Amino acid sequence: MAPAVCGTLLGLALYAGSLCATFLYHDYCVIGAGPAGLQAAYFLQRAGRDYIVFERSHSPGSFFALYPRHRKLISINKQYTGKSNSEFNLRHDWNSLLSHDRRLLFRRYSRDFFPNADAMVRYLEDFASLLKLQVQYNTAIIHVTLEKNEQAWNGHYFILTDQDRKNYKCSCLLVAAGMWVPNVVNFPGSEYVEGYETVSINPEDFAGQTVLILGRGNSAFETAENILGVTNFIHMVSRSRVRLSWATHYVGDLRAINNGLLDTYQLKSLDGLLEGDLEDLAIVKDKKGKLHITLRFYLENRNVSAGIDSITLPQDELDNFATRAPYDRVIRCLGWKFDFSVYNRSLRMMPGKGNIKKYPQIKPSYESRGTRGLFVLGTASHSVDFRKSAGGFIHGFRYTTRAVHRLLENRHHGVPWPSAVYPITQLTNSIIKRVNEASGLYQMFSVLADIILLRENATAFEYLEEYPTGILAELEMQTGRKARSGLFVIIMEYGRNFSGADKDVFYYNRAVGEAQHAWQSNFLHPVIYYYKHLPTEREMRLRPPDWPLPRPDAIHHIVEDFLTDWTAPNAHILPLRRFLENCLSTDLRNFFAELCFLFAFTHQKLPPSCQQGYMRMQGLVGSQELQHHAVQAGLLQDYTHTDFLGDRPPDSHDGSQERLMRDQGIAVRPLQHLVNAKDEL
Amino acid sequence: MSAQKDRWVSSLVFLLFCACSIPRSGSASLQQEPSPQHYFSGLEAGKASLAFFTPSVSPGAQPFLEQIESSAEALQDYGISVVKVNCPKEDVSRYCGKENALRKAFLFRGHRLIREFPTDALFDVNSIVSNVLFALLFNEVKYVETLADLENIENVLKGKSNMVFAYVPATGTAEHRAVMEAAFVYGTIHQFVLTTEAALLKATSLDDPDVSSAWLLFCHCQQATEPGQPCRRTALAQPLTLLNIHRHLKLMGAPLVTEVAEDPEKISTVHLQLGLPLVFILSQKETYEADRRTAEFVAWQLLGKAGVALLSRDLVDLNILHRSNVALKTPDEGMPIQYLVLEDTDEVVTLVENKNKVKQIQEDEQEEEEDEDEKENNNQDIQDDQVVEAVARDKKRELPLEQILVLTEENFHSSLSEAARTVVLFYASWEAVSLAVLRSYCEVAAHLKGTPGVLLSQVNCWDWPGLCSQENVTQFPTMRIYREGQQSVTYGGMWGAEELSSFILLSQVSCPLKLATVDEAEGYLRGEFPSELSSQHHTSLLGVFSTATSKAREAFEEAGNILSGHIRMGMYFEDDALALSQKYSVYPPALLLARSGGRSVEGIALSKHSLQDMVQMIRYQLLDIFPEITVPNLPQYLQLGKPFLILFSAGDISQVESKEMLKLAKGRPQQEFVACWLNLKKTPVGYGILRTYFSTTPSLPVLLWVNLHVGGQVFKFPSEQSITEMNILSWLQKLQAGLEIPSSTLSEEDWKPPLPAYNFLQMMEHSVPQLSPHPGDTPAQHPPKGPGGDTAGGDSASREEPSQESTAEEGASPGRGLRGTAPRMAARDKQGKRHSEL
Repeated sequence: MAPAVCGTLLGLALYAGSLCATFLYHDYCVIGAGPAGLQAAYFLQRAGRDYIVFERSHSPGSFFALYPRHRKLISINKQYTGKSNSEFNLRHDWNSLLSHDRRLLFRRYSRDFFPNADAMVRYLEDFASLLKLQVQYNTAIIHVTLEKNEQAWNGHYFILTDQDRKNYKCSCLLVAAGMWVPNVVNFPGSEYVEGYETVSINPEDFAGQTVLILGRGNSAFETAENILGVTNFIHMVSRSRVRLSWATHYVGDLRAINNGLLDTYQLKSLDGLLEGDLEDLAIVKDKKGKLHITLRFYLENRNVSAGIDSITLPQDELDNFATRAPYDRVIRCLGWKFDFSVYNRSLRMMPGKGNIKKYPQIKPSYESRGTRGLFVLGTASHSVDFRKSAGGFIHGFRYTTRAVHRLLENRHHGVPWPSAVYPITQLTNSIIKRVNEASGLYQMFSVLADIILLRENATAFEYLEEYPTGILAELEMQTGRKARSGLFVIIMEYGRNFSGADKDVFYYNRAVGEAQHAWQSNFLHPVIYYYKHLPTEREMRLRPPDWPLPRPDAIHHIVEDFLTDWTAPNAHILPLRRFLENCLSTDLRNFFAELCFLFAFTHQKLPPSCQQGYMRMQGLVGSQELQHHAVQAGLLQDYTHTDFLGDRPPDSHDGSQERLMRDQGIAVRPLQHLVNAKDEL
Repeated sequence: MSAQKDRWVSSLVFLLFCACSIPRSGSASLQQEPSPQHYFSGLEAGKASLAFFTPSVSPGAQPFLEQIESSAEALQDYGISVVKVNCPKEDVSRYCGKENALRKAFLFRGHRLIREFPTDALFDVNSIVSNVLFALLFNEVKYVETLADLENIENVLKGKSNMVFAYVPATGTAEHRAVMEAAFVYGTIHQFVLTTEAALLKATSLDDPDVSSAWLLFCHCQQATEPGQPCRRTALAQPLTLLNIHRHLKLMGAPLVTEVAEDPEKISTVHLQLGLPLVFILSQKETYEADRRTAEFVAWQLLGKAGVALLSRDLVDLNILHRSNVALKTPDEGMPIQYLVLEDTDEVVTLVENKNKVKQIQEDEQEEEEDEDEKENNNQDIQDDQVVEAVARDKKRELPLEQILVLTEENFHSSLSEAARTVVLFYASWEAVSLAVLRSYCEVAAHLKGTPGVLLSQVNCWDWPGLCSQENVTQFPTMRIYREGQQSVTYGGMWGAEELSSFILLSQVSCPLKLATVDEAEGYLRGEFPSELSSQHHTSLLGVFSTATSKAREAFEEAGNILSGHIRMGMYFEDDALALSQKYSVYPPALLLARSGGRSVEGIALSKHSLQDMVQMIRYQLLDIFPEITVPNLPQYLQLGKPFLILFSAGDISQVESKEMLKLAKGRPQQEFVACWLNLKKTPVGYGILRTYFSTTPSLPVLLWVNLHVGGQVFKFPSEQSITEMNILSWLQKLQAGLEIPSSTLSEEDWKPPLPAYNFLQMMEHSVPQLSPHPGDTPAQHPPKGPGGDTAGGDSASREEPSQESTAEEGASPGRGLRGTAPRMAARDKQGKRHSEL
């Protein structure tokens, strides 16, 4: 009997084994149910795609369940902006994900300007459940490999293996796993260093202690902020100088909310900042348990096993050495890196070079450099705009995730990039509308761009929102839209030399007020590039340093605005219109119906606004008051009060009218120069 | 730059004052002497005076006297008085007696006559001053004619003093005067030599000189010792003016190489004061001798263009690169010193010459740019969009919006269900056309106040973009009527208050309206039914269908949806439909058309049943045969694509004309033209049309043939002929035959941009700085910038610098702080190990 039983058991085992071998298939697999993974899932769900999200933990946003340790998010959650424009308000809501559901706005989850991380966890839970996103929890993907198949979308399938050896097969892999592997430095004595992940967050544990913090990011300052009041003093050491986000205009740099230590350092209240390479460092523990800073150099010349007494400390040679005081604790707050370990070598997931080595290498389309069909989303995709824009943060990657989704829709499902076609008369309006409210352009400045594709003869145009600038050259292939007759690219930019760790961003006359000097604007402002032809890959590569795009055929800056309200008729809209007119070589002015009527009888061709408005029986008649104002401005002639007598020769009154018809200058109003106002107060 | 110029102009003036042996005497520059005796008795020894003698009763001022008078002041600066001596009638002395003496001027030093000048040598102030000084400075200024003479002088001077050799094309010129004036000041220091011989000029200069312009060489004979060799020469590169010569001599007088042992920032030499750059050769103790030779070599090359200083680094603590060997200080204030690593002395020379050239170009460009600015400022920033400007001028007026419900994302759907019909204007509060329409909409609201069942509302798409995109509003403004349980209707007509009101009112009844009885149908055609619309004067269109013809009826109903709000459409399909239509001599399916104002009802048989044909047919039927053209209705007639036969009338047209025109229009059922008229009282813009055609308004009424679509010719019906059908027809035949000359032609011009845009691309490209010869070195050399130094409007070069600084900062920063505190330690540490990757 026994062998039979064994045989049955064996059979069962075989059966189970073959079960394992059958793959659960989905078109899209998303790794990670954090903000980026859920955001991707939302778009896949809305598009009706076959997808699954794998989450290691039992609920979404597991990173936020632990971090930040001190629970205060530094992404702003602005309750009030004085505006009801939901798109505009997203510019100042750095926590919400994109959805159609108005319940899923973060301000409904927290009233704090800097919310507690628990609110984020609750928000993400609701986001996943209210939108019924397909998330498979408690599934840690521990290995990813490729299976060659010519039928597959990308020539291969992705085979994912979870902790239970269960396999999943997907055509397209979206990696939204975040950055969760702590950055660790190894130096003699690094075993005495506590990590940010585990260090106590109870200030009382630090009472009367002297603390050294390694690192100079927000987590380091957050840690310091928590214990600032109870320690003897805190020293913070890092390789690079402190980078203040309000000087660099990069939200990943040190935010003012955490910078209490800078205050106490500069006011000589014992705390301090030091620059030094952690690689050179060594820590030795004395008999009392105090930690001393020394240099690795000294240790290499000594017998390490010898006691503390035999080790030279810097102060032995230099008795005023800065960090000669012993520390009670050393805390490491050096940030995180991407977990490269789960990807098979065949996927060629390589770390970036230089200061982006914590991120995987990806293209500006967010597709992995090593594997077609593998896209990196969320924080891990920040190498595209590291230290520049907001692609590493929720308020940035919610838009880049949408962009990736749109690229995929076009690539795999033949759904071209969403666009709207308008008559050319709406050109100025479309741009003004977007630059005033669009949040994606604003957060992902210089990374995402609105694209205007001109139709033949420039009578109409097609508007594409938030396309990644880095793949402008591939626009036709990536969007399924054609750029035959030139294009405009609309992005937001800071002044070229305004931002930087050592820049004085408060100098006098930092703000430009006059439209004619708009190109020197420092603060975030809209810039419109005009190309007669789509730039080529080569032109993209050879673009000037610091330029997000190649040299255009013409460029326009809308002058920076104190209120970020670019709707002023003379300072913002008029120069934009002139720019567009000159690019298209046409006249984009609006005319009242009466003038269109006159043009219809006196010109063989009509200006676009008459052609597309009046001639389609949608002329702008204009109330009495408006007609009166136009007459007063010398832009319209009042015929009712003149010329009833018949043969009167054209008098001076005709002047303005004729000038207008010749497209020439308009009567100068002497007060004009008084109207130009600077925004600086 | 200008401040420096002032400085050395004033120093020159001061010098001249010092040179004057005699202070100015009084304010009157020209002295008068009653007689020669008086004059000669007053002459002082050593004092020069220029005298001319005139008879006391002069026949009138001779022209040269005026010139002499005006040169008096200039000569006085050199201690030479100019005296006019009156000759008494009876005087027959040497100067007064002879007739030809009266046409001369005499130069005396003390009592001695030095020179007599014929008046033709004294033609203007320059010639007077130059000739007088030339005569006085006979010893100081040697006149030479041959090369041998020049060489003799040179040889004599060698080892003793320097020589200034000037060539002027002619004496008595401004250049001659400048040389003489300079000689007056410097004559005792340098030997001045003058020539007017072009051959001599050619012999002394290397390349082919321009003999028509003056030339000045500074010959360094003092240092020259070898007899055979000519002295080194430095030519004056600028035009010969007193200031330039003074500047040149000053530069030549300055030491060739200045030795410097202090902070170069603080150093000021005569070169910098004169607006020239100063080149520092950075020297070290070890290489001092070689450096000194280099400095001298460079100094000779740059003589007159830049100063050269030898800076010993050992004596000055400079925070600069070890490799730097040359520094350049420009006279411009606030410009930091450039430290450079150069390999060849030629590079130094080129550097300075380029600097000067660039400066020259920049100065020229600045002027040009100012011109351009003025040109470009031609109203570019002045609003030339009439709609935008009108709205902007009206923005202070508060709009009467009380009648208009403001809809939001929250109340939109609930509000729609409250009224039977909700009119919604979607607009954007920043957009001018929207705001113009909003004003008309307010008028509509006032007009329709109290009309039951109509709710006017507005949505600001700037506030509620989600709502607008959800309602598929892609353009501003959009007006839509939402009816309970039915599709909304989007308005597609003129944005005038009248048109909007009529649309809203017509939309009150369904379109087409189902009529139940023949009486209703008849009432409908008379415009009496339904009562809501009785006040509206609109063409009524009644579709009559027998039940069998349902396909035509469906098309008609659909056409009603499309045309809803634009016309009244009724529909009758009861059993007695046949009887109704037969009354108007048509069979169903048919349309009965009752024009507004007209009595008659037209019957039109329906032959085509497709929706498109139906809509097009209805639209066509609505056109008048002989319409009055107005601003709102013109597009409808233009769409026909035919030429216009249009009668411009000062007011209503007369019955006769109307009748004749109507006859003409009706005569041809398939007209190849649109016969119409225009009431200038109602459509005053017609005056503008006439004035464009004829430049003045012709006598009215005037009948015109306008080829609006092809060719654009305008023909005027002869005013002497009366407007009758016959006359017009024969005129039209002549037109067609090409026998008439057009009075005017419509402009073919394209609608180009009215004004240029700001050329930001050009401005940005201008601002890209020239790459410095050693870009890697520059950052550390920039002095820290004061916060006030950066200005938003400031020059772009200063804006570029900080970025370079920051890149250097990043490169240099690792470990710097610790090292700063413990320099010795860190130095050892660096030697001890190399960094490995984290």
